[in-house]
Amino acid sequence: MAECGRVDSNTSHTMDKSITLPPDEIFRNLENAKRFAIDIGGSLTKLAYYSTVQHKVAKVRSFDHTAKAAAGDKLYEISMQEEVTARLHFIKFENAYIETCLDFIKDHLVNTETKVIKATGGGAHKFKELIERKLGLKVDKEDEMTCLIKGCNFVLKNIPHEAFVYAKHADSEFRFQTTNPDIFPYLLVNIGSGVSIVKVESEDKFERIGGSSIGGGTFWGLGALLTKTKRFDELLQLASKGQHASVDMLVKDIYGGSYGYLGLTGDLIASSFGKSATADKDFSKEDMAKSLLHMISNDIGQLACLYAKLHNLSRVYFGGFFIRGHPVTMHTITYSINFFTKGEVQALFLRHEGYLGTIGAFLKGAEEDNPNQYSWGENYAGSSGLMSVSPDMNPMQRARSGTFDMLEMDRLERQLVNLPLLQDPSSYIPDTVDLTEDALAREYWLYCFEEALDGVVKRAVASQPDMPEAALRAEKFRQKYRHKLQTLRQQPFAYGSLTVRSLLDTREHCLNEFNFPDPYSKIKQRENDIALKYYQKAVKSLDELSWEEKQFALVQGVLAGNVFDWGAKAVSDVLESDPEFGFEEAKRQLEERPWLVDSYDQWLERLKGPPHKCALFFVDNSGVDIILGVMPFVRELLSRGTEVVLASNSGPALNDVTNGELQILTERIAAMDPVIEAGLREDRLLLVQSGSSSPCLDLSRLDKVLAMVVRERQTDLVIIEGMGRAIHTNYYAMLSCESLKMAVIKNSWLADRLGGKLFSVVFKYEVPAGKPNKDCGAFSPS
Amino acid sequence: MAFHSFPWFGMDIGGTLVKLVYFEPKDITAEEEQEEVENLKSIRRYLTSNTAYGKTGIRDVHLELQDLTLCGRKGNLHFIRFPTHDLPAFLQMGRDKHFSSLHTTLCATGGGAYKFESDFRMMADLELHKLDELDCLIRGVLYLDSVMSSGPSECYYFENPADPDHCVQKPCTLENPYPLLLVNIGSGVSILAVYSENNYKRVTGTSLGGGTFLGLCCLLTGCSTFEEALEMASQGESTRVDKLVRDIYGGDYERFGLPGWAVASSFGNMMSKDKRESVSKEDLARATLVTITNNIGSITRMCALNENIETVLFVGNFLRVNTLSMKLLAYAMDYWSKGQLKALFLRHEGYFGAVGALLELLHPS
Repeated sequence: MAECGRVDSNTSHTMDKSITLPPDEIFRNLENAKRFAIDIGGSLTKLAYYSTVQHKVAKVRSFDHTAKAAAGDKLYEISMQEEVTARLHFIKFENAYIETCLDFIKDHLVNTETKVIKATGGGAHKFKELIERKLGLKVDKEDEMTCLIKGCNFVLKNIPHEAFVYAKHADSEFRFQTTNPDIFPYLLVNIGSGVSIVKVESEDKFERIGGSSIGGGTFWGLGALLTKTKRFDELLQLASKGQHASVDMLVKDIYGGSYGYLGLTGDLIASSFGKSATADKDFSKEDMAKSLLHMISNDIGQLACLYAKLHNLSRVYFGGFFIRGHPVTMHTITYSINFFTKGEVQALFLRHEGYLGTIGAFLKGAEEDNPNQYSWGENYAGSSGLMSVSPDMNPMQRARSGTFDMLEMDRLERQLVNLPLLQDPSSYIPDTVDLTEDALAREYWLYCFEEALDGVVKRAVASQPDMPEAALRAEKFRQKYRHKLQTLRQQPFAYGSLTVRSLLDTREHCLNEFNFPDPYSKIKQRENDIALKYYQKAVKSLDELSWEEKQFALVQGVLAGNVFDWGAKAVSDVLESDPEFGFEEAKRQLEERPWLVDSYDQWLERLKGPPHKCALFFVDNSGVDIILGVMPFVRELLSRGTEVVLASNSGPALNDVTNGELQILTERIAAMDPVIEAGLREDRLLLVQSGSSSPCLDLSRLDKVLAMVVRERQTDLVIIEGMGRAIHTNYYAMLSCESLKMAVIKNSWLADRLGGKLFSVVFKYEVPAGKPNKDCGAFSPS
Repeated sequence: MAFHSFPWFGMDIGGTLVKLVYFEPKDITAEEEQEEVENLKSIRRYLTSNTAYGKTGIRDVHLELQDLTLCGRKGNLHFIRFPTHDLPAFLQMGRDKHFSSLHTTLCATGGGAYKFESDFRMMADLELHKLDELDCLIRGVLYLDSVMSSGPSECYYFENPADPDHCVQKPCTLENPYPLLLVNIGSGVSILAVYSENNYKRVTGTSLGGGTFLGLCCLLTGCSTFEEALEMASQGESTRVDKLVRDIYGGDYERFGLPGWAVASSFGNMMSKDKRESVSKEDLARATLVTITNNIGSITRMCALNENIETVLFVGNFLRVNTLSMKLLAYAMDYWSKGQLKALFLRHEGYFGAVGALLELLHPS
């Protein structure tokens, strides 16, 4: 590269103008950056680094109540603390900007421990000298294929909805695959200049089982010769407009129709370029490009199928620059795989395919940090998401837009695993409605989240009354989240399947990004304080009821408590306008039985049987919900002899009770209630964090400790409470033990959809097929 | 067995070429000669006294099988071909020579037997007896390999395929050939697993075949015939066009056992403008030939592995006068299978379908 040798820094900065984002919004958190890795491909550079992010977090701490000092009525104090979390940054940009970017990094890199930069990709050697000179780091080259596989394993394991099936003519072009924790074995077909076919059997075991020289370089090289078109993207563009039948000899050109005896249809290509074997005819560039694209895609697809069959593999991922986000090639490859395997094997593509090399190179360099020991999560606030790949969009515009694509991944404090009680982890889908496929629902929810934005901003500002710049940050949050919503309106598939959960999580990520870690902390605190005052009274009135009345009152209490939810707009309106809206009022608002979904009778019958061994209860909101609804219910379970594991969020989300808050609340309740006290003391009541900071619940990504406890305690009942966890998600989740899903529908649109009305009740008690019902063991010989 | 009246033809109408085999009886008695209608004589004379017909018809004299006994008759088997796009001229000739007056059945196979059936009827007043091309192919292969003929052996292979200086053609026979992978490279490619004469299946096929080679060569070099394209290819150098493993890794890619000379990306060097401007037409023709041939080789090898077959028989007109491709295939089979696979070839490369059609006329199966 001519630019590499350039010393004059003035001329080398001319590219600055093309950068559409200010570099400090691209190369974020550089101050603490370390462990750089770079993957330089034919046209794009991918940079990776590890950094730490300082975040404000809301911590709760119990007052020393024996001292009765200045604590007033408050149960606990909330303090904002700085917490340092680890984050991986990945940035993708055109090679043209490499020098500018290196300069920027050099200027902002403070960390001095960094001595080397891991490098991979074909361009690594070309830019080696430039990188070493600019950054003063030693370039350490890593094997391309090893990096690719390492990166692939990483994204498959850590990013939900990473892989997708491409269907050009379907309602939603992308069908995302559910995350299966068991990712091996698989076949990776990497289509660069040539094709490499790699069988991956485990984290460290992979083998290049074959390949082909007919690949992206053939399309590009031969295409350039045939059409005099230089750029790869332009060639694809030509191909997308061409008609291959004018160049290819089809079965019907030979047979006049189909070759029925072999089941070969007339439109099948018998001989690629078979019609161009003549000197006296001209062919259009578009037609030739199309024919070439078909020829190469079919050939690769065929070989991939032959290898998949030989090695008995059904998961085949395609990557490399030939595929990278190009709908045309994804379509032709998909078509070819369908044809050759008669639909038995699906062609799978990856959302972050372009990042695999750099992720792998980074991981190689970060082995001492053991990144594979942790779970990581895609940060929706900091990641660009999948770009629009609409076939109608001119790929030239796309390639030349000069945008920087970013992927940020947060290291999660806890390692996440499946709930051991999922009936079939490989088919578990947390979300009830896929908004990528359901256009009506998508429109509603996007609108709903946009409408709610003002309120969220208001509450965020209110949560930090002592910070004058909070308003400014809240405004930035508004812009960021609104922009995300707009992006999702255009590209619902940007972060995998669009769901209510992902919309909620994106909002939480954006709030965190602007240091609003817990906008509801004060509200939660106030509600907890108020509710605690009524606890003893509530328990007492329950104890006065007959057994059967009590069981119903307990369920009613959980449901009524659940009406108190600041996350749902209909409720937050009422709550803000009428703070007297009380527990009793909520009970009256509840739908009369029979409920919308009502298996209460079966539940009651079950309660007449032997107690459960151990119940896992995923709790929802703070205040009335947890204290007056859930706790009395838990108390009853404990009294029956059932152990209870209360699973609450690790981090804040809306007004959901966090594990930290729940610890304090439970202690306070224990001080008033001997049953709860005994439960804690005898280790029959456990408070465990879920590993999540979402208002929804993904049972395939739960804290490892929780999973362990669930297994150890032989949990035989799972209770899921609230709209976010039991309706938006897990409504259809099948568990291998008894389960109880309880929620009040606090959104009229959703109520409509489910055939109910506002405050309709879902009470779904399920016993897995094949398991004996209530009397199990009751009369069995001892 | 009922004697079938002359003339005896078998025809295979492919996407690019029409292949015609004609049995010329040499044991015609005086009696027969008298009864023979003039038309029949004239056709025999026309076919056997010429080696070229019209502008594009050619008789492959070197393939002629003499003193063959077929259905109790002695004679010579002639092999004739012409481009499929000249079929109208052929039909015109048939009409001029009143072929239909001979009341013969014309056994035809290949896709053209279906596509041009009505043309035969309309233009030449001929009814085609249509036959499946793969049935005919296998029948033809097995027959020609079995007939005793004074000429060179039908089947052969290349000894020392890895050593260009000592790579020589060696005769062999298809004794105990089953299971056999039969790769027919015409305009496109069909790959069959053959377990016995009547038990076979089409494993797969590819559209990257002889038609692709010629089609791409015409576009890239402006040539117009297979012979021209092959001639150019023989003088070119594909390594200027293709990107080799050593072009990327400086040598072998040892981690994956890829030798430096292996092609990493066919036409990969043509991504660069400078290199596009420095290659010759001959280089491009050679690269096209190598690309298509290697690709057929690798699909074949995968099929052989999947079907658990070790003997591969390559046929089809792509291999006609194409020693380059045959040696490449022989080498590719040997190298990538570490000597497990053996590539065999047949002298009558593209004529087996037509022979099979002729046999069907004489011995309906």
